[in-house]
Amino acid sequence: MDLSAINPILFVASFFVAATPLIFAATGELVVEKSGVLNLGVEGMMIMGAICGFATAVESGSPLLGFAAAAAGGAALSLLFAFLTQVMLANQVASGLALTLFGLGFSALLGQSYVGVKPPRMADLDFGPLSDIPVLGPVFFSHDLIVYLGLGLVVVVWAVLKFTRAGLTLRAVGENHDAAHALGFKVKRMRTLAIMFGGACAGLGGAYISLIRVPQWTEGMTAGVGWIALALVVFASWRPFRVLLGAYLFGGLVQLQLNLQGAGVAIPVEYLAMSPYVFTIVVLVFLSRSRSSAPGSLGRIFHASS
Amino acid sequence: MTFTKRTAAKLLLGTALAAGMGTAAFADGHAKTKVGFVYVGPVGDGGWTYEHDKGRLAVEAEFGDKVETVFVESVAEGPDSERVMTQMALDGADLIFTTSFGYMDPTNNVAAKFPDVKFEHATGYKRLHPNVSTYSARFYEGRAIQGHIAGNMTKSNIVGYIASYPIPEVIRGINSAFIHARKVNPEVEFKIVWAYTWFDPAKEADAAKVLIDQGADVILQHTDSTAPQAAAQEAGNVVTFGQASDMGQYAPFPRVSSIIDDWAPYYIARTKAVMDGTWEQKDTWDGIGAGMVGIGEISDAVPADVKAQALEMKAALADGSYHAFTGPLNKQDGTPFLAEGETADDGTLAGMNFYVEGIEGEIPQ
Amino acid sequence: MITVVKRPEPSRAFSLAAPLLAVLATMVFGGLLFALLGKDPLAAIVTIFWEPLFGEFAFFYRPQLLIKGAPLVLIAIGLSLGFKAGIWNIGAEGQYIMGALFGAGAGLAFYPAESIFILPLMVLAGAFGGWIWAMIPAVLKVKFGTNEILVSLMLVYVAEQFLASMSLGLLKNPEGFGFPGSRNLQQYPSAHNAELIAGTGMHWGVVAAMIAVIFAYVLLARHRLGFAIRVTGQAPRAAAFAGVRPARLVLFCLGMSGLLAGLAGMFEVSGPAGQVTIDFNVGYGFTAIIVAFLGRLHPVGILLAGLLMALTYIGGDIAQSKLGLPAAAIQVFQGMLLFFLLAFDLFTNYRLRLGRTEVA
Repeated sequence: MDLSAINPILFVASFFVAATPLIFAATGELVVEKSGVLNLGVEGMMIMGAICGFATAVESGSPLLGFAAAAAGGAALSLLFAFLTQVMLANQVASGLALTLFGLGFSALLGQSYVGVKPPRMADLDFGPLSDIPVLGPVFFSHDLIVYLGLGLVVVVWAVLKFTRAGLTLRAVGENHDAAHALGFKVKRMRTLAIMFGGACAGLGGAYISLIRVPQWTEGMTAGVGWIALALVVFASWRPFRVLLGAYLFGGLVQLQLNLQGAGVAIPVEYLAMSPYVFTIVVLVFLSRSRSSAPGSLGRIFHASS
Repeated sequence: MTFTKRTAAKLLLGTALAAGMGTAAFADGHAKTKVGFVYVGPVGDGGWTYEHDKGRLAVEAEFGDKVETVFVESVAEGPDSERVMTQMALDGADLIFTTSFGYMDPTNNVAAKFPDVKFEHATGYKRLHPNVSTYSARFYEGRAIQGHIAGNMTKSNIVGYIASYPIPEVIRGINSAFIHARKVNPEVEFKIVWAYTWFDPAKEADAAKVLIDQGADVILQHTDSTAPQAAAQEAGNVVTFGQASDMGQYAPFPRVSSIIDDWAPYYIARTKAVMDGTWEQKDTWDGIGAGMVGIGEISDAVPADVKAQALEMKAALADGSYHAFTGPLNKQDGTPFLAEGETADDGTLAGMNFYVEGIEGEIPQ
Repeated sequence: MITVVKRPEPSRAFSLAAPLLAVLATMVFGGLLFALLGKDPLAAIVTIFWEPLFGEFAFFYRPQLLIKGAPLVLIAIGLSLGFKAGIWNIGAEGQYIMGALFGAGAGLAFYPAESIFILPLMVLAGAFGGWIWAMIPAVLKVKFGTNEILVSLMLVYVAEQFLASMSLGLLKNPEGFGFPGSRNLQQYPSAHNAELIAGTGMHWGVVAAMIAVIFAYVLLARHRLGFAIRVTGQAPRAAAFAGVRPARLVLFCLGMSGLLAGLAGMFEVSGPAGQVTIDFNVGYGFTAIIVAFLGRLHPVGILLAGLLMALTYIGGDIAQSKLGLPAAAIQVFQGMLLFFLLAFDLFTNYRLRLGRTEVA
């Protein structure tokens, strides 16, 4: 067992890559839940984004175009969910699950001819001399564009929710949809827009996995990341910056268990692999004591009576 | 329930249903030989199943009109596989290849019900009925060559190994690679990460990156995707080897060679045996010599002398003059394993559950 | 213009019609999908729905329907009790795995002794395993208010790792040449969940599923707890006034669904699957969720829905080998089924009215 084999700087740097899909998906879902909708279909939207992004990047040769397509794909799939829950007034939990199952199957179908294909590479951003700073360089200044976009997204979402009128309206709709309706806010429209935003973000997160993190396409490649993102939103008490914290913690745990293996630590692999999930549960327990921070109308079907 | 080929053929003729059956062969009374393939993964995985499907296509190419092949992909091990095999047998298959270790009991169960249908189970060891054969490849021979190249090319003396499950086949591979790496480089160390999957690009990419971060500049893998090659390419100076299929799109660097599962010769031979009526139960364990284990083109990134030695080893393994496990060798705990000049017998190899001396760490239990 | 107006009472007619309409709509759109994939849509639909029931080899496929459908029905019944009350157990897959591990472990502990008590003991162990795994989210919800959806789901991943660990370690077959996986229970007579009548596919799991359907029906229709479940689902505040204790309900519903899922796992591992292997679980815990909704959370509905799902699985396999239909197409098909059901369900609780809206 040789713990010195683990390079702490590279280890911390690897968090950013592991956390980025989570940051996108969780931030998007946070906005959706703030509007009062519980969308369990994050996994389905992520994987749709993964294949749409991958296919577009391969066909066009441009990873950036791929990411744009991924956002569009995720948003398109989320429209199905919006239709079911806002128009057809269906149960949100079941609709979200249906979305996940459908998304997994549909993406597998779309991806049939893309298995094993090599996608165009997206280079890391070049910060020049900044990357050469001893510790901070590799950790903060050596990643690709999307990592920084993810961080930017969190800041933008936080700012919009806190300072803008649209953010206030969204939060009002989420807290009490009947009161918001009485005040003249268009509840369903806001929710649909929020759902689409969540879908686009989840799509971007999924595309990050298939275009940068792995990078390859396989059926079901998101492997449960969407569910972790859902847990993260609760973990973060619906606050954007806490989403960042949670994403790094979780990403870090996953990397830790791999690093420990490589260093020859004798803990059985399966227990190490379990640890991120067990940790999430423990954290959820501690945080659920302050359940009051959940949006008041979360999960309830809105149907205007007039 | 027993169904002969004739009865099944008659039943199929009577079926007014499914559109895509087009069994024109029955019209002239001489039935085509129908060969079925049960795959554990998708045909497009670019690794294990992909190569089996290439074998299937080779059978079609070889026998043309005289043969008809069918396949079902992504069949889960367990009762689903048993149902799929039964389905194929009911539909008139004469020969069925089941391409995953986990299909072992289902294969034997279905073979009991269809004594006229021949079953070929890959990498298994149970042949409970006379119509079941097993086959596997001596991948460890390919690992020997990889270990030789790895030991020579590593500059950091750390070789990363992405292992799948702690089963004898994988442990054999690790041992074989290590023995030959140490032979040319007494300082070399192996870092082993257990991915607990045969195919999961995300996990494999993570494992590869972690090994690279921890100093490995050669990566060997017993998992089937190209993710480690991509990770190595990102890192820039890491050597990799293709697994199960050539992975040539990463040649000449980082992929400097590969182990290719070439099932075509075996599949063609067995299909011919069924067609000729000479099929008999067999347990086949073929290596480089018989063509089942292909060694991918060694690229020019490998120094010329190393390449020449590797090719020599390949020839010696092929004609049997060299055995990958030749003594003197000790087990990891120091006890003797093979004496000078002694080679390991198939039985020991088949159940290998120990590391050889020099490998650090324990086999997970 | 068309407005949506809530019905005073759910429409019975639509309650029954919605699933049928959903199946029809899925056939139509599924057929379209198959056509887009280049397969003959009619042939595909016929292969999936008709052939396993009435086709040439139906004598083989019909028992398979029972084998495939039993775990789905068993798990879905348990889930439906919770869903009806708004308690979302999404971790049935994990409870299924734990039931299988406990049950198989109990059986293997006695190997090679033969006794008629072994199988019943395994049943108890399997039920316990599933129950205790579901108790974790239940207790956490009751004591701390933790969201049961997320906890039960995380536990699925934990259970999968346990499965791997057991297959490679504690439960590994000592005579298995080092390969992962337990002894095959089909070859250990006392522990084998065999077919009760050969060739029918009816093993104890099938019997258990049928008992569960009857049990759930009686519970919901006659028993206080059933009343509590129904009221909590429809009008939570009224339920509180009626004296329903939410904590008790949570513990019961989650515990029951865990128990049934554990039983399903145990019957599966000692019967059709035979062995504890790393890939033992195939997603029944998640498919059962579709089955529960497709069956309108009603026991008899779930029985029919479970058989329908099994039909799509088995028909799907046939379509794969006969028509070359990709496996993913069947998954899309099943997702579509749930989508359409949820959509048509609108008409059960609401109706459309043409004309101007009235202002209150």
